[in-house]
Amino acid sequence: MSDASLQNGPEMGTPRAKSSLLELDQRTKKRNAAEARFRAYGIAAIAVGLVFLVVLISSIFFKGVGAFQQTFITLDVELLESKLDKTGERDIEKIKKVTTFGYNPLIENALKAAMEEAGVENPFAKGKDLRKMLSSGAAADLRDFVIANPDRIGDTVQFRLLASSRVDGYLKGRVTRESLARDKNLTPVHLDVVDQLKDAGVVAKSFNLGFITGADASESRPEQAGIGVSMLGSFYMMLVVLACALPIGVAASIYLEEFAPQNWITDLIEVNISNLAAVPSIVFGILGLAVFIQFAHLPQSAPLVGGLVLTLMTLPTIIISTRASLKSVPPSIREAALGIGASKMQTVFHHVLPLAMPGILTGTIIGLAQALGETAPLLLIGMVGYIASNYPGGLIEGFMSPNSAMPAQIYEWAKRADPAYYERAWGGIIILLVFLMTMNIIAIILRRRFERRW
Amino acid sequence: MSAFWLLMIILALAAVGFIMGRRRAISSVQGDGRLLHSLPNYYGFNVAMLAFVPAVLVLGAWVIIQPMLISGQVSTHIPAALYEDAGQLNLIMSDVKRVADGLDAAILQGVLSADDASLLNTETTDVRALLGEVGVALGSDVAPSVLSAAQEMRGKTVSGNLIMTIVVLLVAATGFVAAMMMTRRDFRARNAVESGVKALLIAAASIAILTTIGIVLSLIFNTITFFGMFPASDFLFGLTWSPEGRGGSEHLGILPLLWGTIYISIVALLVAVPIGLFAAVYLSEYASRTTRAIAKPLLEVLAGIPTIVYGLFALTVVGPLLVNFFGADGLGWMQGARSVMTAGLVMGIMLIPFVSSLSDDIINAVPQAMRDGSYGLGATQSETVRQVVLPAALPGIVGAILLAASRAIGETMIVVMGAGAAARLDLNPFEAMTTVTAKIVSQLTGDSDFASPEALVAFALGMTLFLLTLGLNVLALYIVRKYREQYE
Repeated sequence: MSDASLQNGPEMGTPRAKSSLLELDQRTKKRNAAEARFRAYGIAAIAVGLVFLVVLISSIFFKGVGAFQQTFITLDVELLESKLDKTGERDIEKIKKVTTFGYNPLIENALKAAMEEAGVENPFAKGKDLRKMLSSGAAADLRDFVIANPDRIGDTVQFRLLASSRVDGYLKGRVTRESLARDKNLTPVHLDVVDQLKDAGVVAKSFNLGFITGADASESRPEQAGIGVSMLGSFYMMLVVLACALPIGVAASIYLEEFAPQNWITDLIEVNISNLAAVPSIVFGILGLAVFIQFAHLPQSAPLVGGLVLTLMTLPTIIISTRASLKSVPPSIREAALGIGASKMQTVFHHVLPLAMPGILTGTIIGLAQALGETAPLLLIGMVGYIASNYPGGLIEGFMSPNSAMPAQIYEWAKRADPAYYERAWGGIIILLVFLMTMNIIAIILRRRFERRW
Repeated sequence: MSAFWLLMIILALAAVGFIMGRRRAISSVQGDGRLLHSLPNYYGFNVAMLAFVPAVLVLGAWVIIQPMLISGQVSTHIPAALYEDAGQLNLIMSDVKRVADGLDAAILQGVLSADDASLLNTETTDVRALLGEVGVALGSDVAPSVLSAAQEMRGKTVSGNLIMTIVVLLVAATGFVAAMMMTRRDFRARNAVESGVKALLIAAASIAILTTIGIVLSLIFNTITFFGMFPASDFLFGLTWSPEGRGGSEHLGILPLLWGTIYISIVALLVAVPIGLFAAVYLSEYASRTTRAIAKPLLEVLAGIPTIVYGLFALTVVGPLLVNFFGADGLGWMQGARSVMTAGLVMGIMLIPFVSSLSDDIINAVPQAMRDGSYGLGATQSETVRQVVLPAALPGIVGAILLAASRAIGETMIVVMGAGAAARLDLNPFEAMTTVTAKIVSQLTGDSDFASPEALVAFALGMTLFLLTLGLNVLALYIVRKYREQYE
């Protein structure tokens, strides 16, 4: 009996199904197919997740990058003495009496001159229509300049004035001639003029520093709105969070990890902390409203209150990560310190805490990043609306006077009807994410650099 | 003397105490530090601590309690004819407070002398104009009763502050002297300081409890006030939500909001659970080390993105995309960009890493021996996962899903921006609906005052939300913990 007879196997009349390991039977094929399918589901799930991430990141980038560019119209404005300072005394009080209305004719003249120079025919009878190409804040810019430099009255000064948001949108492709059909702010005729002025170099897009450093603007002037003031609001809030959450969180973790006896009070505290970590953030907003504003009468919309609310919200995060890093310090360190006569308190503060510090800082930075992106509780304590309109005067005012925060400002812009504000909102998100990314990278570097394996 | 300067004086006293205590300890052993029980610095800290802590506690308590007591006393002197309910009394009292502050400002700026301020009379002087001069603008002319109440308040505050100054300084001095007396060579200063530090640590740890108590109390008190104005049964079982209908016709039923919340959460979980679970299974059972090292952090980036970004993504990207397919030009099921589907989909994306990383932990906790046993019996990898690993990990995964559900219910920004504002009881997922969290925001960010049922209902909604998420969390933590003990 050798190989030859095996090859004739089937002819030997056995009804049994063939069971060669070299040839797969029906059931094995099915099982293998199921295996392949299952594996494919897994790959598909990860792919879907990553696709979502890519779509999200790319839409943030493409929708937001426009906010960093703004259309400016460069004009040589003659600061006519006859309009701005009729007496010629250069008396600052009298110059201040000229309202922005008084500056409008100057802008109109400058625009007309620029158009003439570029060889563009003026299709408008009224100067007012011509001025629609410029931001309504242009006259205020001019006035600020004159009040700051009264001696320049009479000169011809070159200004880079903001174009109106419609003109800006046209250069960025957001506004088309069709979309202007029922728009009362600008007509397609304006766009023809803009096209020619663009060719002449009078109208041009350039980097928009005002968006990063500026204050919020009213609903009708999206071209002027900037995120600078609310960035400052966020900064003050983070100072409060850092100053409160870090010491309290570290102290609480030290107690729970190193000193707390095993009893029901300790259990209660631990259960509380893990529950607080999962309470919806808006509930912290309600708490802030009821306790800090209704009860303690702290000023509404103040970064101080926002910071306190965010402190309570980030405390559980910081406590959990601090406890983890305290726990990772090996007991031999404690025993060695105790063995040479240090007290328990000295052991913790002189030996355990410094060794746990990198981990604590990492956890704190991650907690701060979480607080920086949080919006919902800030809405309830009134940090939303047209409030981030002025830079705070000083340190105390920075904490106490109404201000917004970056995420709340983004929400505010997203709420406004003008689509030009969507671009601002996405631009704000880019800035916010840059901050968050920086913080997370610092945390990762800290962890990599100082993490110690015992 | 103001509380700020008082604080500075105590601080200075503590600093002096540190130096003097240290010096006294050293001189008590003629400069030979070895004879002291503790290091010299501990003696200094002990004096500083005893001078500072009790005095500051008294100061803090006084600053909080004094205004409450005084305004309580003064308000009893306001003629009952001037107000009908507590709200009006509150308004009058805030007027009184403004006038009192104005008088203070006037004295500070030298417009009035202290005697003049207490003799001021509404018939002889125009108080409003006077206070306007010093920068305190009043809405209306000052009534005689308000002025006298303000004068009374000012008088009491001045004498109260005087007593406070004396008491606080006395407490600080007592602590200082007592600690100095204690400072001898065999005084156990380190133990005293350390027990003080430990008390501080305990206080920090109990802030977690205080926060919970604060949340519960602020919700309960305002909810009770709300139920005093609005029947609880109408709130809990009402089928319509229309707070704008003034004059008795308003409906504040929570059911449409709860339905919207649950519907959106279900859509979100339908997106997040399969994707998250399969991703976790693949990453922990199949993926190579490098794939895992790349894919896991990338997925977790989704968890680090602030919710406002997801909200804007829903509003300006996902919503319009869905309208293209299901809107009037496509299937005609969708009216606008905001819908249950918009918010649910985006929230699902947000929850993917949450589900996947929690499930990943739990799947990894299943002992390898169980897998090996299954392979030994001839099961394929997927059969092992489906029939051995997942059943073993099931309680933990259920816990993870419950935590994700609690996240979804409490999520605010995505639904505020993506779900719409109309409260509806409807089955069409392409219809705009609203949620509990979205309504909390809209009821509390308007201009309505906190005493109206329209604003107070937000606290009742918050209470519902808190209880709901707390219940889910406790249940999930219980399941997860019970399961973990099984295999460790």
